[in-house]
Amino acid sequence: MEHSQSRIGRLIFAVLVGVLLLMGAGDDSARIDRLGHQMMCVCGCNQILLECNHVGCSYSTRMRNELVAAVDSGDSDGVVLEAFIQKYGTTVLAAPTTEGWVNQAAWIMPFAALVLGILLVAFVVRAWRNRPLPIAAGVPTTVAGAELDRFRAQARKETDL
Amino acid sequence: MSVLGSYVLLLALALAGYSFLAGLLALAARPAGWERLSETARRAGIASFGTVFIAAVVLVTSAFRNDFSMAYVFHHSNRDLPLPYKFATLWSGQEGSLLFWSLLLSGYGLVLRLRHKTDEALFAHASVVIAAVQVFFLLLLNFAARPFTVMQGTLPADGAGLNSLLQYPEMVIHPPMLYLGYVGFTVPFAFALGALAMKYPGDKWIHITRRWTMVTWAFLTLGIPLGAHWAYYVLGWGGYWGWDPVENASLLPWLTGTAFLHSVMMQEKRGMLKVWNMWLVFTTFWLSILGTYLTRSGVLNSVHAFAQSPIGGWFKWFLVLIFVVFAGFFFKNKSYLASEHKLESLVSRESSFLFNNLLFVLACFTVLWGTWFPLISELLQGHKVTVGPPFFNSVIVPVALLLLFLTAVGPLLSWRKTSLDSLKRNFLWPALGALAVGVVMIIFGVRPWRDLSYFYALMTAMLATLVGLTVISEFIRGGRVISRHTGQNLAASMLHLCHRNTRRYGGYIVHFGVALLFLGILGTVFNQDKEAEMAFGDKVAIGPYTLVCRSYTQEEYPNYSVDVAIMQVFKGGRQIDTLYPESRFYPANQQQQHIPSVRSTLKEDLYIVYEGQNPDTGRPIIKVHLNPMVSWIWIGVLVMIFGTIVALVPNAAPVRAAVPARLEAAPVGVGD
Repeated sequence: MEHSQSRIGRLIFAVLVGVLLLMGAGDDSARIDRLGHQMMCVCGCNQILLECNHVGCSYSTRMRNELVAAVDSGDSDGVVLEAFIQKYGTTVLAAPTTEGWVNQAAWIMPFAALVLGILLVAFVVRAWRNRPLPIAAGVPTTVAGAELDRFRAQARKETDL
Repeated sequence: MSVLGSYVLLLALALAGYSFLAGLLALAARPAGWERLSETARRAGIASFGTVFIAAVVLVTSAFRNDFSMAYVFHHSNRDLPLPYKFATLWSGQEGSLLFWSLLLSGYGLVLRLRHKTDEALFAHASVVIAAVQVFFLLLLNFAARPFTVMQGTLPADGAGLNSLLQYPEMVIHPPMLYLGYVGFTVPFAFALGALAMKYPGDKWIHITRRWTMVTWAFLTLGIPLGAHWAYYVLGWGGYWGWDPVENASLLPWLTGTAFLHSVMMQEKRGMLKVWNMWLVFTTFWLSILGTYLTRSGVLNSVHAFAQSPIGGWFKWFLVLIFVVFAGFFFKNKSYLASEHKLESLVSRESSFLFNNLLFVLACFTVLWGTWFPLISELLQGHKVTVGPPFFNSVIVPVALLLLFLTAVGPLLSWRKTSLDSLKRNFLWPALGALAVGVVMIIFGVRPWRDLSYFYALMTAMLATLVGLTVISEFIRGGRVISRHTGQNLAASMLHLCHRNTRRYGGYIVHFGVALLFLGILGTVFNQDKEAEMAFGDKVAIGPYTLVCRSYTQEEYPNYSVDVAIMQVFKGGRQIDTLYPESRFYPANQQQQHIPSVRSTLKEDLYIVYEGQNPDTGRPIIKVHLNPMVSWIWIGVLVMIFGTIVALVPNAAPVRAAVPARLEAAPVGVGD
C-alpha cells in the first residue's frame, strides 16, 4: 500500500514537472513580453522598452536582443532584471522595486493615504452626526401659507441635484 | 514687429500692474472716491487684454510672414510649414505658450470684468486676484521668457521648423483646449479668494464659481483626451496614455476640479463643506500652476517638457506666494466658513459626496506622489528611480473602480437619509444587469481568478454597466412620471425632464460618458500586438484579421518626405480595407516620425505602424496592434462634454403642482 502511494506520488510529481516544463517551453515569449513591459527604454524617450518605436533607436533594439538572450539562457526574472540594472542603472526599471524603505514607501503611501482618508472621513462623519441641530426649541405643529412655501423652497433646494 | 511686440507686452504689464494695485488699494484702504479708483482698475484690466492680444497677433503674423529675424519664429517655424501650423506656432514653444497663457487669462479677465454688474463687489475682488496672476505671467514674458527676442548675426534663410510631432491637426486644438482648462481655473480661485477676503455674505458666489468651474472643467475634459488621441494617432506606440509627468500634470487639476464640482453641491444644498471647497478651489488652481511649472522647468523627465529653462525658479516662488496669500486669508477669516447643517445618515447623498471627494483627492495625491517620486528617491537614496505605467496602473486602478462604484450609487441616494426600500427600488435591476454582464464575460473566457488584470476588467465592465443602467433607469423613471402628467410619449417626457433640471440630468449624462470611457479603457487588458519584417506579399495574422503587404511607395511633400506601406486587410477571407502606415522625414529639423494607420470600429482598432527598415536585413518592419474598444473612450468623452453642455443650459420654468390639502395641516418633525 505504501509502495503504491509512493508510486502514485512519483507519477504526480513527474506529470507536474512535465507540465511545468511544457508550460515553460511555450512561455518564453510571454516572459519576454512581461519583462519587457517592466523596463524602460533608456534612450530618453520615456517609453516602455517594448513600446519604444523610435526610428534607429540605438538602445531599444540592443536591449530587446539582450532580453531575449537572457531569457533564452534560462536566467530567472530576478537575475534578468538585476543584470539590466547593473548595466543601465536603476532607472531602467519601469516601477520602483520593493527593496529598501524608500522604494517600499512608493508603493505603501497611496494605500496608507487611502486608509488615513477613510479614517478621516469616518471621524468627520462622526463629528457631524453628533453636532447639535441649530433649531429652536419651539417647533410649530402645523405649517401653512408663507411658512409652507418657505419649507417647500428649502426642500426643493436640498433635494435637487 | 519685434519692437512693437515688446512694447505692447510692457504696456500690458503696466496695465495689469495698475489694475492690481489700484484695485487692491480701492478695496483694502477704501480711500475717498474708491469706487472710481476701482472702476479705473477694472478698465485697466480690460485694456490689458487688448495689449496682450496685439502681442499675440504680432507673433502669429511674424510666423506667417516668415520673419526669421525673430528668434522664436526661427526656432518654431519654417517657410514650408502649412498655414494652420504656423498659427499653432504661438503655443509650440516656451515663450509663445506663455504668451498664449497670458492671452487666455486676460480673455477670461475681460469676460469677468465686463460682467461686473452681476455682483460688483465680488467681481472687483476677483478682478484684483486675476490681475495679480496676470502680472506674474507678464513679468515672465517681459523679463525671463521674451517671445520677441531678435536673432543675432546673419539672418537665416529658413527656420528650424516646427517639431514634427506637433504637425498634426489636433495640435491646433489640443493645447488651446488644455490651456483654456488650466487658465480657466484661475477664475474660480479668484472668486473663492475674493469671497474669503470680503467674507462674502450668502451663497451667490458659490453659484457663480460653480458655473465658471464647469466651463473650464469641460475644456480640460476635452483637452486631456485630445492629447491622448494625438498620442494614439501620432506617436505610434499603440497606446494613448503613458503616465508621462506632463500627462499627469494635466490630470491633477482635473481630479480636484471634479471633486469640487461634486462637493460644491453640498455647500449649495446643505451649507456644508465650505472649508473643504475653499481648499479644493485653491488646490485646483495651485495644481494648474504646478502643471505649467512641470512642463516648463525641465525638473522631471518628460517627452512633452520644454527644454530646461531658468523660469522654473519664478514658478516655484509664485507657487509659494499663492499658498501663503491664500492660507493667510483662510486663517484670518475661517470663522466665516462655519457649516450650517449636520450629517444625518451614513447612507445619504452627503456621505457619498464625502467618499467621492476622498477618492478624487486620493487619486490626485497618488498621481502627484508617483510623478514626484523620482525626485524624492534621488533626494533620499541618492539615485533616481523610474515611476512608469506599471506603478500607476497598480495603484490607480483600485481607486478608479471605487470611484466608478460611487458614480453608480451616489446620485441615487437621497439627501439626508436613504431608506432600504429606496435602495432596493433604485438598484435592483441595474445590479442584476451588471451581474449578468459579469456572468457573460466569465462564460466567454474572462477568468478573474487567473490574472488580476482580468479581475479588473470584469469589475470595470460590471460597474460601468451598473452606472449606465442606473442612469438609464433614472431617465425612464422620471420620464414616466412626466408622461403620466402630460400625456407625452416617453422620449419626449425624458427630454422635458432633462430640460426641467438640466444640472441633474446633464450630470447623469456625464456619468454615462464616464461609464463608456471606462469600458473603452478596459479593452487595454485584451490588447494584442505582433511585429514582423514584411516584404511584398508577406502575411501576418492578428485576431480575426490577416494583413498582406501589397507594396511600399515614396512621396514628397513640401514639408516632408514619406515612405508609405500599403497593407491590405482581410477578414474571413475577404478584403475589407487597405491601410497606409507612414514613415515621414522632416528635413527642416532632421526628424523622423511614424504615423500609424488605424482601422477603427466600435469593437476594436486595427493599428499598423511602419517602423522603418531593419538596419541588418534592410527589410521593412511592420508592427500591428489589435486594441479592443478604443473608440468608446472618444465616444465617452464626447458624451461627457455633451452632458456638461446640458448641465450649463438654464432650466425650463418648473411646473407648479397643486399642493395636496393634507400637506397644509401635516405636522413637521425635526430633521424629517
